[in-house]
Amino acid sequence: MDAHVAQLQMQYRNYILSLYQQGFLDDQFTELKSLQDDGTPDFVAEVLSLFFDDCVKLVGNMARALDQTGTVDFSQVGANVHQLKGSSSSVGAKRVKGLCINFKELCEAKNYEGCVRCLQQVDIEYKTLKAKLQDMFNLEKQIVQAGGIVPQVDIN
Amino acid sequence: YYYSSMAKDGGVSCLRSSEMLNVGIGGMEPPPLDLDEVHVLAVDDSLVDRIVIERLLRITSCKVTAVDSGWRALEFLGLDNDKASDEFDKLKVDMIITDYCMPGMTGYELLKKIKESSSFRQVPVVIMSSENVLTRIDRCLEEGAEDFLLKPVKLADVKRLRSCLTGDVKLSNGNKRKLPEDSVSVDTSLPPPPLSLTFSTNSSDSSPPLSPVEVFSSPLSSPEDDDDVLTSSPEGSPMSEESPIRRQKMGSPGLD
Repeated sequence: MDAHVAQLQMQYRNYILSLYQQGFLDDQFTELKSLQDDGTPDFVAEVLSLFFDDCVKLVGNMARALDQTGTVDFSQVGANVHQLKGSSSSVGAKRVKGLCINFKELCEAKNYEGCVRCLQQVDIEYKTLKAKLQDMFNLEKQIVQAGGIVPQVDIN
Repeated sequence: YYYSSMAKDGGVSCLRSSEMLNVGIGGMEPPPLDLDEVHVLAVDDSLVDRIVIERLLRITSCKVTAVDSGWRALEFLGLDNDKASDEFDKLKVDMIITDYCMPGMTGYELLKKIKESSSFRQVPVVIMSSENVLTRIDRCLEEGAEDFLLKPVKLADVKRLRSCLTGDVKLSNGNKRKLPEDSVSVDTSLPPPPLSLTFSTNSSDSSPPLSPVEVFSSPLSSPEDDDDVLTSSPEGSPMSEESPIRRQKMGSPGLD
């Protein structure tokens, strides 16, 4: 096998493993990957794309809800957090999901400062994940373009 | 393997061009149809979850109609008004799978309406929820839900549901909550695909074309108050002890 391809594949493997080890992804992401096949080669990319669209929308909603100085509707914020928690859970975005769990408690406690801080963290976290996955997809593309097959990475 | 979902006339179908079936790719033969195609109505207000559940169902050889609310579901079933309509007598729905927490009408309320209808009360209804609340699970089962799945839903869960529909395998035990993968397995493993993914940094470019479901989507509204979601206090009448999930004894839904 081409040495260049082998090197890319190793790089890819290590990268994926690091994403799991650093807690960016969990086994639900593995599950999503297993649902992809020849007939649906873009499935994971599409689902993740929809997820990040969701993030933009929901973070925007939460920012607006928190911006109502003096009359913040925490249940409204909480409703959006609930949705984000759901979709992050469905795609395996482990860190985002974890933040949402904290965020929910802060909403219930009507902790304004805490909510604002948490929202900032959520914003950073989903954008970080997006960049990481961008890199992952780019590596896959490089492997294929070099004539190789994207390896299935065994997480366990 | 999966089959293309044929849109019913006027129905809300989630068929997207990227999901079109490529039968016979690489010389693989599609499996023979074991019975009339199973048609599942999936209900979830989250687009991400709709796409995932749709994929899970298609992999297990189901036709799927995905809608984004309880109201859309009732509309699809022809239960949204008091007038009985003949055309819905021919509508074949073999299973309904719905999210619990949805704005407007919860999955529980949808379940009740389905079980109250003469045309669809026999159809198995499965509830999905991200919250593992015992009283919620019990309430749904008591109202006639066939099963209760904990989100995120996995292929093993859907395979189990699917095999129950064909009557091949009975539920192995009485625990209706999501379990680790059972012994039921339909071999859908495929060789690793050669991937040529595109994932652009500009999120608007990477959005897939709108599916018909999105066209019909109701605007995002705040979910109605669901005490289960925000608090951990028990709902309904207090239970004296943590009882295990009662096995829901359901008669055959008459699908054979």
